[in-house]
Amino acid sequence: MPATATVVKPKLSRQQYLDLYYYMRLNREVEDTMTRLFRQNKIVGGLYSSLGQEAISVGSAYALEKKDWMAPMIRNIGALLVKGVPPRDIFTQHMAKYTSPTKGKDGTSHFGDLENLHIVSPISMLGDLIPVLTGVAMAGRYLGQKIVAMTWIGDGGSSTGVFHEGLNLAASQKAAFVLILENNQWAYSTPVRRQVPIENLADRAKAYGISSYIVDGNDPVAVYVTAKEAVDRARAGEGPILIEAKTFRRRGHAQHDPAEYVPKEQREYWEKRDPIALYEKFLTAEKILDAKGKKEIEDKINTLLEKDREFAENSPMPPPELASEGVYCTGDDCHKIRPKWERPIAEVTPPKSSVEPVWIVEGFGRGKTSSRENAPIHFGDTQPAAEEPAAKAKSPAKPVGKSPARKPAPAKSAARGKARR
Amino acid sequence: MAPITFLEAIRQAMFEEMAADPSVVLIGEDVGVYGGAFKTSEGLLEKFGWERVIDTPISESAIIGAACGMSYLGLRPIAEMQFIDFIACCFNQLTNFVAKGHYLWNAPAPIVVRGPSGGGVHGGPFHSANPEMYFLHTPGMKIVYPSTPYDAKGLLKASIRDNNPVLFFEHKFLYRRIKEEIPEGDYTVPLGKAVVRREGKHLTILSYAAMMHTSLEAADALAKEGIEAEVIDLRTLMPLDEETILQSIRKTNKCLVVHEDTKTGGISGEIAAILFEKAFHDLDGPVLRVASLDTPVPYAPTLEEAFLPNAQKIFTAANELARF
Repeated sequence: MPATATVVKPKLSRQQYLDLYYYMRLNREVEDTMTRLFRQNKIVGGLYSSLGQEAISVGSAYALEKKDWMAPMIRNIGALLVKGVPPRDIFTQHMAKYTSPTKGKDGTSHFGDLENLHIVSPISMLGDLIPVLTGVAMAGRYLGQKIVAMTWIGDGGSSTGVFHEGLNLAASQKAAFVLILENNQWAYSTPVRRQVPIENLADRAKAYGISSYIVDGNDPVAVYVTAKEAVDRARAGEGPILIEAKTFRRRGHAQHDPAEYVPKEQREYWEKRDPIALYEKFLTAEKILDAKGKKEIEDKINTLLEKDREFAENSPMPPPELASEGVYCTGDDCHKIRPKWERPIAEVTPPKSSVEPVWIVEGFGRGKTSSRENAPIHFGDTQPAAEEPAAKAKSPAKPVGKSPARKPAPAKSAARGKARR
Repeated sequence: MAPITFLEAIRQAMFEEMAADPSVVLIGEDVGVYGGAFKTSEGLLEKFGWERVIDTPISESAIIGAACGMSYLGLRPIAEMQFIDFIACCFNQLTNFVAKGHYLWNAPAPIVVRGPSGGGVHGGPFHSANPEMYFLHTPGMKIVYPSTPYDAKGLLKASIRDNNPVLFFEHKFLYRRIKEEIPEGDYTVPLGKAVVRREGKHLTILSYAAMMHTSLEAADALAKEGIEAEVIDLRTLMPLDEETILQSIRKTNKCLVVHEDTKTGGISGEIAAILFEKAFHDLDGPVLRVASLDTPVPYAPTLEEAFLPNAQKIFTAANELARF
């Protein structure tokens, strides 16, 4: 298979087609509601739009199973909705309400759910999620869970150092990890051409020895089908997979930014390719959606969002005393996550380890040529560890080798420490 | 039991915790086949397999990120920095991702980040760091810096079992220079508890790690001059055992803080502020500091000796303080 592949679209079930439509519409309506709330000064901080990118969030997250893990980025509200987050959590987060998942301690999509939905909270430093989700995938494999971990990155975030560190570790570990690279052409005000000297960001996969795909990010079926194939391959043990989804950021970096730096022609080109409008046309032509069906979906969304928006608006701000709470995890039940073993624990516990080391160097790490006492180590060992056994017995905390000039012989000191602990 | 080195204490702590709890894993550079640059993980790969003793690329951010992600599924990863100096490479991952997780979204990350720190071994400016204060200023992490093999083992075990991210500094000068007889079997030393290493009535010397031993040497010299210094080993910098510190100051009324970290922004300044806030009326003299010079750690032995505190510098400062 070539390093960068495209997928032939199979036929989906009617329900799958309609699910993709529902979640894209929900994604857009949630964000439209928040834009109105922002204009009413009810959103405390920034608001980041994914207008025109809904097919990517929805299509890729729709490829995950319930047990799988994901970490959204700022423009992946749609992925949160697909994974099961109710719109009210998104409203309350943006409005800094006490009822929000973070109780008002953070905003936007910066929240997660370790126990049920398996969502890792993003942070604003781009790329950090890549090694974190790699770790999730590694732990999942260790526990025998057969999970896949997915996260997203932008064209902008793909220039960070941790993008490289994370993807390289994932590749070297063959982690079941899928990275969706949303190339929306703009990193704030910097066009992709000024960030990266290559045409296709998916080409970077070659450098990690992993597979990649390029997909039309405005086609939800193409995104879903590609993501599904990638997720299946990752789950089967093929290692991480990179998917570049080509799209366009139709709003500014955030609400404050009118994005006047975007060329008019580029905007016009992409506005004609609105993913929801195109998909509606497809569904209508395929007779999957008619006016009645569309109305039903709209009513369902409106009712849900009306209820959730009202809940958020009527929720209180957090009490000031919350500010000083929760820095540390204290008490016995503050950490509730227990490993869910889906393989025999005996496989990973002594005396029998399940898997042999991937490589062995004769004598190393096996207590043969490198004895614990005298193996050469880095600095801090210039004096040989030579000592009479008799002396050891007499003085339990004796310095090894010649007592260094700048520090005392710690023999007495350590003995004291021992006596008084 | 035969006395063991500080290094062996670390190895035993990891070995025993991994044997007792399959959720404990070790991840870092050269920790597997090679057994670690300082041999602290020797034999672990053979015993526990490559899924639990994970050799990584040279990618400190990825090591911390992966350890954090593993902890979200209930594991308790130990992440090794080959030299603690390299913790600077994953500063963002630690301070922004790991440390803030519990406060922001109720996601504790029970990981231990450990590695060899400190100078005095001519490691030069990039292999001698004491970076504890960068992280003391980051709410959400605990910081442990032991001085004896007994404490190293007990505190590391307690750190692995702790539900918070713990930075565990191992002073490499002590790795093989001290030995101590430790009890057989499992024991822990609680985080956040200092210990009085030597009792005295004229002044209190607060210290930790390698400088704790230097402080004790100075205390011996001071005793010959009739000055009885109380020496306290802080052991944990976060949480700081204020109670033990204040108790001692209320008795001796004088405080000298000794650390190998550079002076400006070192924990001595923080301790001085705590004493001014909580024990001002108990103080009979200024809070004095003996610390390293405010420079990078220089390489040449003559320069490094000038850079580091020593027993003579502590003796001089303590003598000055005793006159108040």
